[in-house]
Formats: sequence, structure tokens, C-alpha cells
Amino acid sequence: MTTQQKIASAFAFLAVLLVGVPLLISATGRSDLYYTLTSVALLSIISAGVWLTFYIGRINIGQGAFALMGGYVSAILVTQYGVSFWLTLPIAGLLCAAASVLIGLPILRLRGVYFAMVTLTLSEVARLTALAVPITNGAKGIVNIPLPSRLTIFGITLIPDFATLANPRLAFYVTSVLLMALCYLALYRLVNSRIGRICQSLQQNEELASSIGVNISYIRILAFAISSFLGGIGGAMFAAITQSMYPSSFGVADSINFMLNCFLGGLGYVLGPMLGTFVLYFGWDLLFQTGVFQLLIYSSILIILMLVLPNGLLSIRLPRQKQS
Amino acid sequence: MPDILEISGLTKRFGGLVANNDISFTVKEREILSVIGPNGAGKSTLFKLIASFVSPTSGEVCFRGQRISGLAPHKVARMGVVRTFQETTIFKTMTVRDNVIIAHHLRSRANLAGFFFGTRTAQQDEAEFARSTDEIIDFLGLGAYRHELASNLPHGHLRALGIAIGLATNPQVLLLDEPFAGMNHEETRRAIEIVRGVRERGVTVLLVEHDMPAVMNISDRIVVLNFGQKIAEGTPQEIQENPTVIEAYLGAEDEALGI
Repeated sequence: MTTQQKIASAFAFLAVLLVGVPLLISATGRSDLYYTLTSVALLSIISAGVWLTFYIGRINIGQGAFALMGGYVSAILVTQYGVSFWLTLPIAGLLCAAASVLIGLPILRLRGVYFAMVTLTLSEVARLTALAVPITNGAKGIVNIPLPSRLTIFGITLIPDFATLANPRLAFYVTSVLLMALCYLALYRLVNSRIGRICQSLQQNEELASSIGVNISYIRILAFAISSFLGGIGGAMFAAITQSMYPSSFGVADSINFMLNCFLGGLGYVLGPMLGTFVLYFGWDLLFQTGVFQLLIYSSILIILMLVLPNGLLSIRLPRQKQS
Repeated sequence: MPDILEISGLTKRFGGLVANNDISFTVKEREILSVIGPNGAGKSTLFKLIASFVSPTSGEVCFRGQRISGLAPHKVARMGVVRTFQETTIFKTMTVRDNVIIAHHLRSRANLAGFFFGTRTAQQDEAEFARSTDEIIDFLGLGAYRHELASNLPHGHLRALGIAIGLATNPQVLLLDEPFAGMNHEETRRAIEIVRGVRERGVTVLLVEHDMPAVMNISDRIVVLNFGQKIAEGTPQEIQENPTVIEAYLGAEDEALGI
């Protein structure tokens, strides 16, 4: 595809999401789909972070910790300090990135299964911390978080107060889709610039990368920080939508799901985590009718998919491209 | 020629094992210096010490009078001392061209943010890297494999790619780890020409090698290690005639020295 074609298809995709989907939903009256699709958009932002850590050769099962942290940062700032939600969104991301730098400095020296294990622990530590620390209000969590307020810059209202809207669900959906588009645009640019090649060089051989002059610890920290930033803003958006935050909002199971989203979509494709999240989320819902067998069938399909398509769903189109 | 590298009193212990013991020698600018010795003599450790992949227990390595021991490897590479690896250490799932392009990292004038936003400097960098990459690929005779995945390259060309990656960093000193290992006669002859060519580009070459005829053919000077100690240093002629080397390293097998 040429650059123009790529831009055109990106805009077409956005148009479908922002115009097509709302029209379809209003025609069918399935307004519950807004919540589902919003979740997919936000989860794919969080998964994109995990994907980036995969891209530097690290298996990250700790993204739940940063999503949880981001959610709490936003919830606490909004409820206790009266900060505008729109301001807490970048703050949550930046605080998570800062925390990930501190955590990453020691643990990013680890590779393979050791890094995976430590990050897995991180997810659990975050949950236990949220249970124990007074500011997070323990197991009772933070509830009744007000909806995002008006965002004005120089007196111009950019985003109206969500509480005054007739359909806040649509507003959340549009916001999340735009945020997702922005994050994936940035990720796409990152991966297709020289930085992406550097990340790939780390993934393949850190010794060789440092021998050609790549500051590997800096790149590792940078990628992990961006990853956690995405986790943080995703978590903060979730807190705003559900208007509540509990220690159990993001746990080990979620961290594993983020990782599975990346696997399923494809670790070699920027859009992999987005597709993976969509398929996994809807796949799980579609299997709901199978009742007690839901998890069994779901896991079996996952195992088969990973065996048959080790490079993810997006790898299907590759052979076709080569022929043409 | 002035000294470009000065290795003085270099010692490295791993627990009770002394891998390198009080090794000192200098490397002159634009010379080809080989480090030889039997297996386990400490050649690879010496290379890691020079490229600062490990820190010495005592002693130091100076590059143009400046201490480089203890610095991070990427900083040493930035100063101009670059190491290539034994066997097939390359970026396997990238094409030959991408391998060499990424290795131009050190020549970037734009910073990471510049590359992200595609600034004019970054675009100039990319254009320059592409030009230089093609030149290096042609120089090493890899032109036919330009767009091949690195993992698909035949054995001899893999080493050429390793050298190409090293050259792309624009080194002043290039450390080659066994560049002729596993090569047949014809491949070795070509590889020797390549290493000479590298020197012609103004690069000082240090190599660790087992292939004695090749070493004798190519080296200006040779340093011999045995059990972690330097036992001799000199021209190929001197080394071939050195009784300590013959006794300690080669025993009675004179032909291994190419005599």
C-alpha cells in the first residue's frame, strides 16, 4: 500500500467507527454495544503498551498494575482534589510512566521468563497495595466518580460536560475511539521510524545492539515507560466510564488478557493488539451461550489459534501480499 | 604510526579462574594485529575487555590516551572501538540491507524525537545511511543478497555481514572475532582481501583467529596468549621463530604455524 492508500484506509476505518457504528446502533437500538465497543477501544490502547514491550523482546504481564494505578490516580484526583478529568488523563499516564521508569530500572535487566514472572507479580502487588493503602479506600474502592466535566481552552468549549449530555455513552465511545486512533497513530509512527528498528534490534540481540552503539538500557526504559503511559490513560478512562475504581478492577487475569490480545493479533503488526482485543472480547461474549463450557471452548480455540497461527491473525494476509 | 590502543596490566578473574593475567601491549594506528592462542587462552575475554563488554579486575584499556575500561559498551562504540561477534550474531529476521542500515545508528545527527517526527535532519540522516549502506554492501560483495533475510545467508556471507555491521558504525578500531572460522580455502582468501580492504579504509583491525596460515598472511603483528598470559608479541616472522611459542602453544606441530 502507498502512503496515500494507508491514510485513506485509516480515515475510512475512523469514519466507519465514528459514523457507521452509531448509525447502526441507533437503527438496531442495541445501545449496550456502545459500552462493549468503548471497552474494546480502551483495552486495545492498554494492550498496545504490552505490544510495545513485546517489540523490545520482553513479555509484559504487568500492564494491569499500570492500568490500575492510572485508574486510581484519575479517580483520586477527580473525587478528592476536584481536578478536571481531562487533566487527570495525561497526569495518570505520566505518573504511570514515571513509576515504570523506577520499576523498570532494575527489572528490565531481566529477560525471558524472569521478566515475565516479575511483571506478573507486579499486577498482584498493585492490587494488594490498592487494598492496603488508605487513599484508595481499600476494598470498598472509590465510587460515584463524577462524569468528566467541561473542557475549555481560552474560553472555548472543546468538550461539553458529560453529565449534561443526552447520551454520555456515545460521548465516551467517541472519546475512546479518538484516543485509540491517536495512540495507534503514534505507535505506528514510532514503529515505522528508526526507533522501531532500534527496538527490533534489541528484541533480536541486545549484545549486538549495544555493540553498534545503541544505549540499550535507555531504549528499554523508554519503551516500558510508553507502555505504562498507555496502560495509565486506559485505566483512567475506565475509571471515568464505570465511575468507580476497585482493587479488583485490573488484576492478573486482565494482565494476561492484554498479553493474549497481542499474541492473537500478531506481535509483528502494530494493529495486532487492536484486532486481538476485538476478537477476544467478542469471542468471549459470543461463547456466553455455551454456559459452563465457555472457558473450556474459549481456551481450546486460543490454543489452536496459537498453534496454527503463531504469528497472529494478521499474518493470514501476508502470503496474499507476496503473490501480488 | 601513533598508538591507538594501549592495553596495560589487564587482568580479569572469574572467581578463582584467571582468564587474563597482566596483559599489556599497544596497537598502532591502521595496523592489523592478531591475537592467537590455544582454546581457553583468554582471547575472547580479552576482546570483551577491550570493547568494554566486561570490566577488568585490574589494569585498563586506553583509546587514544583516554581510559575506556568500565564504560558502557555503547559509549565505547560511540568513541570508535567496535566489536563484531563470533559465529553468526546478526539481526536474523531483518534483511541484509536493514541490518546494515540499523548499524548506522551511531552516525545519527537527529535524536529519537527527530526520527519520530521525521524532521529534516532525520530525513537527511536516513538518505545518508541508505547511500552508505549500499556502498558497504557492495564493498563486502553482498550486493546480490541485499533484500534477502539475514538468516538465509550462506555461511561465508554471514561473516561478511558481521563485518558490514561493524563498518557501518564508522569505527576507528574494529575487533573481529574469528573472521575466518569454518571457511574453505577460497572463502578465506576472499575474507583476507576484505579485512585488508577494511584497513585501507583507515580502520585499525584487531582479530582473534585460529587459522594460522591466514593469521601469518594478514597480520602486521601478532600477540600470543597462553593460559591467560601474554607469552609473545611480534611480527609473523618473529612469532614463527619464537621458541616459547613453538613450545607452549604448538608443541612439535610446526606446520600449524605455516612454516
